[in-house]
Amino acid sequence: MAAGPAPPPGRPRAQMPHLRKMERVVVSMQDPDQGVKMRSQRLLVTVIPHAVTGSDVVQWLTQKFCISEEEALHLGAVLVQHGYIYPLRDPRSLVLRPDETPYRFQTPYFWTSTLWPAAELDYAIYLAKKNIRKQGTLADYEKECYDRLHTKISHAWDLVLMQAREQLRAAKQRRKGDRLVIACQEQTYWLVNRPPPGAPSVLEQGPGRGSCAASRVHMTKSTDFYKQEIEYCRRAMGRTRVKSSVCLEAYLSFCGQRGPHDPLVSGCLPSNPWISDDDAYWVMNAPTVAAPTKLRVERWGFSFRELLEDPVGRAHFVDFLGKEFSGENLSFWEACEELRYGAQAQVPTLVDAVYQQFLAPGAARWVNIDSRTMERTLEGLRQPHRYVLDDAQLHIYMALSAHALPTLTLSQGSAFPTWLGPPWPLSCQCSVLSTHRVQRRRTGPDHMLKKGQVSI
Amino acid sequence: MATEALHENETLASLKSEAENLKGKLEEERAKLHDVELHQVAERVEALGQFVMKTRRTLKGHGNKVLCMDWCKDKRRIVSSSQDGKVIVWDSFTTNKEHAVTMPCTWVMACAYAPSGCAIACGGLDNKCSVYPLTFDKNENMAAKKKSVAMHTNYLSACSFTNSDMQGCDKKAMVWDMRSGQCVQAFETHESDINSVRYYPSGDAFASGSDDATCRLYDLRADREVAIYSKESIIFGASSVDFSLSGRLLFAGYNDYTINVWDVLKGSRVSILFGHENRVSTLRVSPDGTAFCSGSWDHTLRVWA
Repeated sequence: MAAGPAPPPGRPRAQMPHLRKMERVVVSMQDPDQGVKMRSQRLLVTVIPHAVTGSDVVQWLTQKFCISEEEALHLGAVLVQHGYIYPLRDPRSLVLRPDETPYRFQTPYFWTSTLWPAAELDYAIYLAKKNIRKQGTLADYEKECYDRLHTKISHAWDLVLMQAREQLRAAKQRRKGDRLVIACQEQTYWLVNRPPPGAPSVLEQGPGRGSCAASRVHMTKSTDFYKQEIEYCRRAMGRTRVKSSVCLEAYLSFCGQRGPHDPLVSGCLPSNPWISDDDAYWVMNAPTVAAPTKLRVERWGFSFRELLEDPVGRAHFVDFLGKEFSGENLSFWEACEELRYGAQAQVPTLVDAVYQQFLAPGAARWVNIDSRTMERTLEGLRQPHRYVLDDAQLHIYMALSAHALPTLTLSQGSAFPTWLGPPWPLSCQCSVLSTHRVQRRRTGPDHMLKKGQVSI
Repeated sequence: MATEALHENETLASLKSEAENLKGKLEEERAKLHDVELHQVAERVEALGQFVMKTRRTLKGHGNKVLCMDWCKDKRRIVSSSQDGKVIVWDSFTTNKEHAVTMPCTWVMACAYAPSGCAIACGGLDNKCSVYPLTFDKNENMAAKKKSVAMHTNYLSACSFTNSDMQGCDKKAMVWDMRSGQCVQAFETHESDINSVRYYPSGDAFASGSDDATCRLYDLRADREVAIYSKESIIFGASSVDFSLSGRLLFAGYNDYTINVWDVLKGSRVSILFGHENRVSTLRVSPDGTAFCSGSWDHTLRVWA
């Protein structure tokens, strides 16, 4: 084993779950019974034991994980890239070749997670050894690093050279085979931790991750933390929940209903533009089009939101409202949506506009809301915020969906379907507004109702 | 003094045990209503056919890691941002670049298209969210028209903007009530940091992708995790997830450069897609569900269908 300074205390291994998983895989690959077939590999004049071929590695992965050869090759390549398996013949390139190319398993001492992060001093010693041994034939980027390190740790350079010479001397006393193997192992380690320019750095993480992890690990849990947890648990205990079977059935019916409308699942006619390079599908389904497709019209029946978000659907609905009911309900609903999703700065103006147009006594487009809701809404308007019209909006929404929509039939001669039957299930509609609303329907202790919620 | 410290320790210990106690009770409550597993219910659902998805467009032009992307409502335009501070708007159908802006900061981690299609918003390590109106006058200096806003520019992309400082550092997935500012639900079943969350199309559930190499489905009404999407051969973390239009498929981009496609109902992996040469950092399905786009640290974006 190459002598060197003790591995510095690194990042806790828990922060790199993929490394631990890779380690488990290579350990099982080396199992004497179930692992990859080992053989001795002749290299120049030495024989290296415990070598495996690239194709055996791929085969083993294919069988072990029941995956395709392509995926097995990819997984094997990833193991090599991270230095867990190294090539014996061409140690400069960490690539997995699915043929007779010999590979070996990296020793745990040099696992990425063991010696993490790689120490500058160790790299300096490694480069110094290479420099001395090969009489100064370092690769260009290695020369640059060597010079940089020399400047940086010039005060400890004697130590570096001394260590390098000592390690080389100790290595000379080993058998040729061992020397070769250790050199390969070390080279692989440094290829992973100090990749040459152009090669991807497999150890790179995104920003902000490191510091966040470190602070989290060392966080002491204060009384405040536990108080918050207790508070959260108490609130959560009072929540109403729905049986799993009900929730899961809902996915089945949702996916079943929407499946034919999902181009990636069911395809689309005449063709998917991305596949055929023909944008006919988009032309046929343009926002405003004279003749909407059958599938599109079917979607209007899925939910109120679908109907309103489609300009053609909305136009038809407005048309209908104009004839049978008055349009101020819809206009009010849309104004509420604008408030909910609009700019914060606009809130006071919008609230005022809505009040003047729809809620004030004698307003031009007065909406018919029950007195209790109206009272509460007007009260809330004194301190306007973007959710202040939620209750009124829900009330109008119910009115629209319970009365207007189910009776929306088509005029003669059109190709639209007739909606019959009860209005859409409340849960489906309410997800449009807020999931809280569903729970509101169950009876519960009064104190669970927050300010502003309507009780049925 | 010493006695005070002792007292505080006792309080801490008792609070801790009370919290654990309550957590246990909460789990019991949750478990009471769990009468069936998703894959059991999904047995009657027809299996999906063979999937052949390929890269249909490759968008090259970023000089560094692509970090985030978003689709325009017109189903073909895309905005993407990268580590070098560049934000590019593409017509991904023709692969033409239509606009390019340089942000003053690096690691532009989030970008989104305004619903109107007339502006883009982006934010990064400068902790600001900047909005750029899109103009087709090539002489206009887009950067000069930039406005900085604090929050609330694109509600539907709230996942990437408002939660970005929370979801990256925790194994907990939290659901917030925007009105009260309180966390109303929390799920802590992942074994590592969560990198991405996305609502199921019906709004009753959401999926998460994590460093523990799994994606999970959490139901908001049942208040529990209902599915885990994992495979022994998948070792690397999932960085971004999105659902197909019907919610039947879950696309997840991983740090080992691949994209796995999952059957949400049956829990099985439908397909694995190769092509990127570095980790997949962002993934979104197009607004009409005809394709999805992935952005990667290999500087490119790919549209798959």
